[in-house]
Amino acid sequence: MASFPFELVSPERLVVSEEADEVTVPGIEGEFTVLAGHAPFITVLRPGIVTARSGSNARRYYVRGGFAEVNPTGLTILADLALPVEELNDARFATEIAAAEHAISLAHDDESRAKAQQQLAWIKDLQALVVPHHVHASH
Amino acid sequence: MASLKDLRNRIASVKATQKITKAMQMVAAAKLRRAQMAAEAARPYAERMDRVLANLAAGLANSPDAPLLLRGTGRDQKHLLIVATAERGLAGAFNSSISRLAREHANRLIAEGKDVTILPVGRKGAEILRRTFASRLESAVDLREVKQIGFSNAQSIAESVIARFEAGEFDVATLFFSRFRSVISQVPTAQQIIPAQIPVEATEGPAVPYEFEPDENEILADLLPRNVAIQIFRALLENAASEQGARMSAMDNATRNAGDMIKKLTMNYNRTRQAQITKELIEIISGAEAL
Repeated sequence: MASFPFELVSPERLVVSEEADEVTVPGIEGEFTVLAGHAPFITVLRPGIVTARSGSNARRYYVRGGFAEVNPTGLTILADLALPVEELNDARFATEIAAAEHAISLAHDDESRAKAQQQLAWIKDLQALVVPHHVHASH
Repeated sequence: MASLKDLRNRIASVKATQKITKAMQMVAAAKLRRAQMAAEAARPYAERMDRVLANLAAGLANSPDAPLLLRGTGRDQKHLLIVATAERGLAGAFNSSISRLAREHANRLIAEGKDVTILPVGRKGAEILRRTFASRLESAVDLREVKQIGFSNAQSIAESVIARFEAGEFDVATLFFSRFRSVISQVPTAQQIIPAQIPVEATEGPAVPYEFEPDENEILADLLPRNVAIQIFRALLENAASEQGARMSAMDNATRNAGDMIKKLTMNYNRTRQAQITKELIEIISGAEAL
């Protein structure tokens, strides 16, 4: 399978820079999978899990805020926060949820409030999805 | 002439000062390394952000439905100066040179009849600017408790700045900080962040025809506030590195000066001591001769 360069960057550091065969990205209008040779494309992200596969190897990262850019040279994800799924835990989700709730309280019109609430809902869905799995995995 | 005891005391006190400046220099050197690494690590994001923005904005910059953050309010009357300095002093001319640049800029704008508001980030700049611009100064953003500047710090500053822009409180925002060149060179810099200045892309030929999800305008509306936060984040990181660099060279100078002073005082001390011994000998000899 053809591979392509994949970069995951947060403002604080370059999280990953590697060759991947396929990467699944949580776009704002739904998940999509990028393969080599994908058409140039920019989308905003929703909070979610990015999965990068190369061969039989799969790595997963939590991303929140930001956007993904596919261009002929590869896939670049710029996220406000990006970390390996292994580092996700209840404490992390608690701060994420607190931040999302804070954003709702700051919203000054219906549209931005709806957006902020949607963010919170996504994060909560994700927590339900990820954390039990974690508890299970640690036993 | 100072007595021997006075000289001894002075030497001891200068030595104590030298120990402190030496320690501060070494602490600054260690912190500088960390700050430089943080600034370096933040670079990839900013670079890619610039590239995407340049791609996106090229077609939209002059269209009337481009977001306000990109094309501005069309006015140039109310200015916000964001002045980022350190929380601590003893860093050579670091704080004062940023403040001076901001002051000159503010004076020029005021002379042109514009409205100027100053938002200091960091206590030191606020203290310096209060003397001239007390009525235009807002309460400083306090980063004293922050050990390592994170993106969230920059983001919260950006959020409040953008909220005020949307409320129509200013037309143009300029950010003042010190760019880190090397340990001995930090350059005070003014950078306009609102309306956004889009870097001119001189690379790889025509822009790629992207598809957008959702549409172009909505992506720009998401990107531009993020870009403000990134610019502030970058400035804070550059500032952190500059501050440590400035402090390191200032403390290096201070240590060297203290060394010179100790040398001089010791020479003085030895001379005075020798003079006293000679005097005592003369007294003894002339006493013996008199017998």
